[in-house]
Amino acid sequence: MRKNRLGAIAAMAAVAALALTSCGGSDAGSDEAGDKVRIGIKFDQPGLGFKDGDKYTGFDVDVAKYVANELGYSEDKIEFVSAPSANRETLLETNQVDMIFATYTINDSRKERVGFAGPYFIAGQDLLVRADESSITGKDSLDGKNLCSVTGSTSAENVKKDITGVNLVEQQGYADCLGLLETGGVDAITTDDIILAGLAATEANKGKFKVVGKPFSEEPYGVGLNKTSEKCADINTAIQKMIDSGDWKKSLDKNTEGTGYVPSDLNPPKEFEACA
Amino acid sequence: MEGYLSLWDEYGARIMESFWANLQLTFWAFLISLVLGTLLAIMRISPIPSLRAFGTAYVNIFRNTPLTIIMAFGVLVLFGVFKLQISSDFNLNFFQIAIIGLSIYHAAFFCEAIRSGVNTVPLGQAEAARAIGLSFLPAAQLVILPQAFRGAIVPMGNVLIALIKNTTVALAGSVAEISGLMKTMIEFRADQGFLIFLTVALMFVVIVVPIGLLVTWLSKKLAVAR
Repeated sequence: MRKNRLGAIAAMAAVAALALTSCGGSDAGSDEAGDKVRIGIKFDQPGLGFKDGDKYTGFDVDVAKYVANELGYSEDKIEFVSAPSANRETLLETNQVDMIFATYTINDSRKERVGFAGPYFIAGQDLLVRADESSITGKDSLDGKNLCSVTGSTSAENVKKDITGVNLVEQQGYADCLGLLETGGVDAITTDDIILAGLAATEANKGKFKVVGKPFSEEPYGVGLNKTSEKCADINTAIQKMIDSGDWKKSLDKNTEGTGYVPSDLNPPKEFEACA
Repeated sequence: MEGYLSLWDEYGARIMESFWANLQLTFWAFLISLVLGTLLAIMRISPIPSLRAFGTAYVNIFRNTPLTIIMAFGVLVLFGVFKLQISSDFNLNFFQIAIIGLSIYHAAFFCEAIRSGVNTVPLGQAEAARAIGLSFLPAAQLVILPQAFRGAIVPMGNVLIALIKNTTVALAGSVAEISGLMKTMIEFRADQGFLIFLTVALMFVVIVVPIGLLVTWLSKKLAVAR
């Protein structure tokens, strides 16, 4: 009996040691993980970061691959990790990922916990409507209309603060909003223009919806980093190179094809975050 | 600490408002599901086979359907497809659909809690009631249910506590309640991180713990001495 218990403790200790080594990513960069890079992306955002079987597609993914390549990690050295909005800061702080490309808007409250490189894209809040819709032309034509957005998102808060006379339905995800838009429960969906374009460009939604194209906010998408990361300047250089080479534009066009979406004049981004 | 206090400056009023919505949802859903659950329990112990079958089917269907799906059905189908308008006020409409969803779901649990109370009433009580000439309904109303409720306080208390916490699922039904606000605060105040979770969790603890104590006290005080 006593022997068994000792054995159990030893086994537990061994498991704990294993678990610790696999999680201790903070200093892993220097030794074994030196040849791998872990990148956080969205897995459920078509057109930006999307997991399709064992393939990853979207604009965020394309930029991530390009930047990783410039930093010296070829495609087979990249490990993509799911980074849902609410977990992004924690993933970076605990070094579970090295970089995050996940529609990550740069702002001051986030900068208190994480660092940013980029931006690699300037999105803006916009509206997605049914393809035959003609009465909604921008945020000033929403009086009495039903609008859908995702609970807790910046876009939903902007609507509550700035747009009066509109009825807001809050859902758990944009797929639910698309369902409501299709059945006529709501007249428009609002969030960042590129997210809307990505939704409308999927095979199942082709031709059903259109992006209005009058953005009314500025959301600079940055590359999330741990505060101690030294990759910031190199990432900015890589993004600049991607823009100059035309690959940036090519990827953007491919991922928003058929939606009539044109990125705002602020794109491609001209100024990058000052790296500490 | 300073950052945390500024969170309250910024969101304090909305935190209270949202949590009040959870309490209101709890109150109305509790009333409605208690009435519905009692009716279902009477059906399930009634001598009429078709009513028993209906009661059993209801409980089995709604007890085994995830609440999130019932809520999503309310918004995506009742509102989205059939354009259900219970109230002319847009937000109140979702609030009422959420109350209906919560009530329908928890009625199944209240029914089973009350039925477990019925099982604590000795069979002799029912036989005695019939022997003095009471038919089913008067016997249930005057003899069985009063004892059953007193025997079912703890299981009903558990259902109430589950209901309080389940009001956060109204998030899926487009109701401005606390878990939705929690998501908003995490989005805008990333600097406060887990303190936001702790705050919201604590608010539920503050409500649920006294209810738990009250239920225990009531169950002792009202226990049927046999």
